[in-house]
Amino acid sequence: MQRSNLYIIVFAAVLTIILGGLLSGTSVVLKPLQDKQVELDTKKKILGAVMDISNIKKPQEILDLYDQRVKSIVVDINGDLMEKDEKGNPLVAEKIDFQKNHKKDVQTRPYPVFMIMKEGSDEVDSYVLPMFGAGLWDWISGFVALDSDLNTVRGVAFDHKSETPGLGARITTPVVQQRYIGKKIFDEQGSLQSVSMVKGENGESLDSHHIDGMSGATLTGKGVNAMLKEYLTYYETFIEKTKEAGKKPEVEEVEEVVTEEQNI
Amino acid sequence: MSTETLEQAIVKEPSEPLFSKRRKKFITDPLNDDNPITIQVLGICSALAVTVKMQPTLVMSIAVVFVVVFSNLIISLMRNIIPGRIRIIVQLAIVATLVTLVSEFLKAYLFDMYKVLGAFVGLIITNCIVMGRLEAFAMANKAYDSVLDGLGSGFGYAWIILTVAFFRELLGSGSVFDFPVYGTIQNLTGFAIPTNGLMVDSIGAFMVLGIIIWIQRTKNGYVEH
Repeated sequence: MQRSNLYIIVFAAVLTIILGGLLSGTSVVLKPLQDKQVELDTKKKILGAVMDISNIKKPQEILDLYDQRVKSIVVDINGDLMEKDEKGNPLVAEKIDFQKNHKKDVQTRPYPVFMIMKEGSDEVDSYVLPMFGAGLWDWISGFVALDSDLNTVRGVAFDHKSETPGLGARITTPVVQQRYIGKKIFDEQGSLQSVSMVKGENGESLDSHHIDGMSGATLTGKGVNAMLKEYLTYYETFIEKTKEAGKKPEVEEVEEVVTEEQNI
Repeated sequence: MSTETLEQAIVKEPSEPLFSKRRKKFITDPLNDDNPITIQVLGICSALAVTVKMQPTLVMSIAVVFVVVFSNLIISLMRNIIPGRIRIIVQLAIVATLVTLVSEFLKAYLFDMYKVLGAFVGLIITNCIVMGRLEAFAMANKAYDSVLDGLGSGFGYAWIILTVAFFRELLGSGSVFDFPVYGTIQNLTGFAIPTNGLMVDSIGAFMVLGIIIWIQRTKNGYVEH
C-alpha cells in the first residue's frame, strides 16, 4: 500500500523525536559514570607510565594511590608556573582536556606536568608529561614518564581513538611501550633528540634514541614520533629550567605547590 | 504496490508451539547450513578485525546479538506502519540507536572494552548481517519469530568469530582469554612453543576463517551456485 507523503514525513519526524529523546536521555544519565571512568583511566595512565599497577583491581585504590603519590602543576611554554587560565579560573592539571588544549595556540597552551613523588617524601621520583597528536585514523595521546634526571624515559602510556586493532592499536600494549624504557631524549651534547620508532619490526637493539617500530603500522609510528618530538620541544624549556633548579637541593616549582597546599 | 508486502506464505496454525520445528530452524539454520559469515559471507570485516583476542570478541558477539535481536524485534513490531519508501532509513535509524546505546553503556561500565572496541561497536551499524536480517526477515515476519531469527543469526556470527579468535589468540599470543597457555606449558614441561605473529595480523583471521569455511563446506556438501 502506498503511503501518502504526509504520512511519511510525520512518521519520520515522530521516529526521530523518539529515538533522539532516548539517546539523549541515556547520554545524560550515563554521563557522570562515563566521566568517572575517563578520570580513572587518565589517572591509571599517569601512574601506569611509571609503575606497574596491573595488580590493583579496585578503582578506589588507584584513586587513593594517585592522591598519595602524585602532585601536579601547570606550566606555560616558557616553563613558568601557570596558575590561572585566560578567564581567570584556577588551572587544575587533571582537568585539562588534552584534545581541546591541543587546538589552542602553542604559545598560550597550558602544559600539565605530573610529578610522581618518592614514597613518603617530597622528592620527585619521575615527571610525567602528557602529549597529544594525530595517528593514522584519529587522535593519539600519550603520557611520557621521565626519570628525575629528566632525560631517561621511565615509561610511556599511549592511548588512541581508532588506530587499527592489531596494528597501530598496539601502541597501547606493554610489548610496544616497554621498548621506550631506558631510552634518552637528549643526546650527549644536550640537544633534544626525542625517541623515535624506526620502520619495521626487527627486534634489533637500536641506539638510545630509536626503538623498534610496529610492523604494518608505520603511519601510526610516525604519528607517535611526531607527537613525542613536538611535545618534548614544548616542554624543553621547563625541562631545562627544572634541571637548573635541580642542581639546588630541591626543585623550585615543586616547592611552590607543596607550600601552597600544606601551608607550611 | 509497495515492497513492504513481501509477506511470505506462513502456515498459520491456531497456536504454534513456542519451539515448533519451523521455529527451531530459525535458530539452528544460521548456526550451520545458513551461517551468516561462512555461507552468506556477511559481517566479514568485523570478524577479521576484532578476533585478535577472545575477550573483546566475546563482548563484540554479545553486542551484535543484542543489536540484531532487538532491531529485529522493533522492526518486526513496526513492520506494518513503516512506509515502504523510507524503510531502509528507518531500519538504519533503529540499528544506529541500538548501537549507540551499546556504545554508551560500554563506555560507562566497561571502559577498557570500550577503548578496544569503540570503533567496531560503532561499525555494527554497517554490519551487513543486521541490515540483512531486518530486510529479509523482520519486515515480513511476526515479532517472536523475528527474535528467534535474530538469536540464530547472532549466535551463528558469534560462534564463528569466537572460534577464529580462539585460534588467533592461542597461536598468535599463546594464550586463551589472556590465560598464558604457552607459558604454562613451558613452565610444566620446559618446552617453549614459539608464537606466530602472522595470527595477530588480519591475515591470520583470513586463514582461520578460510579453513573453517573449507571444513564446513566439505562436510555439508555446499556448492556455490
